[in-house]
Amino acid sequence: MNWLAPFQYPFMVEALLISALVGIVCAVFSCYLVLKGWSLMGDAISHAVLPGIVLAYLCGLPLAVGAFAAGLICAMSIGWIKSSTRIKEDTVMGIVFTGMFALGLVLFTKVQTEAHLNHILFGNLLGIEREDLIQTVVVSFLTLAMVLILRKDLMLFCFDPAHARAIGLSTVILHYLLLALLSGTIVASMQAVGILLVVAMLVTPGCTARLLCHRLDRMLVLATLSSVIASCLGVYVSFFINGSTGACIVLAQSFLFALAFVWRGRQSKRTTALN
Amino acid sequence: MILSLEASSVTVAYPNGHTALRDATFKLGAGTIAALVGINGSGKSTLFKALMGFVKPVKGQIHIAGLSVEQARKQKLVAYVPQSEEVDWTFPVSVWDVVMMGRYGHMNFLRIPSAEDKRVVSESLERVGMKEYQERQIGELSGGQKKRVFLARALAQSGQIILLDEPFTGVDVTTEEAIIALLRTLRDEGRIILVSTHNLGSVPEFCDQVVLVNRTVLASGPLEEVFTEQNLRQAFGGALRQFHFEHSTIQDHDGKTVKLLTDDERPLVFGKDGHLEYKDRSGREDLVNKRKEEVGE
Repeated sequence: MNWLAPFQYPFMVEALLISALVGIVCAVFSCYLVLKGWSLMGDAISHAVLPGIVLAYLCGLPLAVGAFAAGLICAMSIGWIKSSTRIKEDTVMGIVFTGMFALGLVLFTKVQTEAHLNHILFGNLLGIEREDLIQTVVVSFLTLAMVLILRKDLMLFCFDPAHARAIGLSTVILHYLLLALLSGTIVASMQAVGILLVVAMLVTPGCTARLLCHRLDRMLVLATLSSVIASCLGVYVSFFINGSTGACIVLAQSFLFALAFVWRGRQSKRTTALN
Repeated sequence: MILSLEASSVTVAYPNGHTALRDATFKLGAGTIAALVGINGSGKSTLFKALMGFVKPVKGQIHIAGLSVEQARKQKLVAYVPQSEEVDWTFPVSVWDVVMMGRYGHMNFLRIPSAEDKRVVSESLERVGMKEYQERQIGELSGGQKKRVFLARALAQSGQIILLDEPFTGVDVTTEEAIIALLRTLRDEGRIILVSTHNLGSVPEFCDQVVLVNRTVLASGPLEEVFTEQNLRQAFGGALRQFHFEHSTIQDHDGKTVKLLTDDERPLVFGKDGHLEYKDRSGREDLVNKRKEEVGE
């Protein structure tokens, strides 16, 4: 077996580069998502983008625009239903996102699109079209830039929203900004792992890093590192086992999380033994 | 600017129709530690939220140093020290990071701290005696240290009105005294400190003003006038446990050597004519002499 074989194919090199880029965006954002406790929101929005994608296809718009709009509609309707009833947020999420996902599936089978349902659900990193590639890169850089510029405000919003308001920040704007960035991250990583597994990209790197460090800046670096390694490893392994690229990436993410979990367990055992 | 805090007939209703506070009126002047006393659900936290501008009164007005709540917020006048339960202590931030959050409102939108910001943070940490812990993650601190970090943040914010929510839960008695001493120096600088608590016994030990709430402001003003048995009965209803010495097994020959122990909260003790009794005689010699004169000793 030739270990360097994947690098001889341009589509593999391209896939590695895109997965690394997506890995960075997801990792940075995942730190805030995990700290805010919005993992379920990530899951909800990633499913809810489907009808947006189909409608965008129908109208001839970039798929990213439709996905972004659907993601925001999902988040806003969750907020609206929650504030006007007594139903708990996770229940509202369950209703809204499954409803939107089902709508997407129905629309999809009614409208014969050229896009394959499988590609949207599970990603299509190896056969990515030029147009989708450009979209992914643009959305990735925009989202990443926004998160990095606003990282202090987002941290404060996650940590202590009451103080954020007290010093004059608008938590309503920050709330919807975080949701918009979440939608952006989902759109960016949709091509790589598909909307069904996106939530793993959005949660696992942040969790892995959180196990290992007690400072946000180190957490951001470590999450990025683990996410990029997992993404590239997933693509690389999928070449040899001829498996689904998205699933391989997510498996690699889970593997790194498991490593961190075991290492952390041994560390804390050692410190208790020392004490 | 003359510091003051004024609420006039403030009524707060939530979207679900629940009226949490009705016709609340009180006034506090500069340089005071005021206790906001009431049972759970009496509207203490609603009043805090209204003071910080999180909920808009459907009726009535709040003025902070003559400004509206919104204007006061822009000037970062009001600082909030959260209840321990509200904070995620595993959050990956250091003591320094938390106190620096007090400066965010003073920075540009990139939140890059200037030399002045760093100096203020360092100074605030020193004032609360937490400078040597600045690199610690916030979860690695004791209850009292945690409280002091958030007080330092309020100082760094240069908040003139400091709202504290249940400051003494999970804090041991020595640290409680250290925090009280700190609050007194802040008061002496002219700040208004409003402490929300249901711990009655601690109130006479460090507060000079009291605002009694039960869905409205029942009474407000100087401690001696407002903190009476009758008012407290009204504020707490049946939720107040009482121990009447004259009905107890304590006998005359026990004199004043009876010891009062409570697990966590300080007891509130009223003397014969319903006047407040304090824990320490020192610093209150005037009061002791006055009482002596009353009985003609």
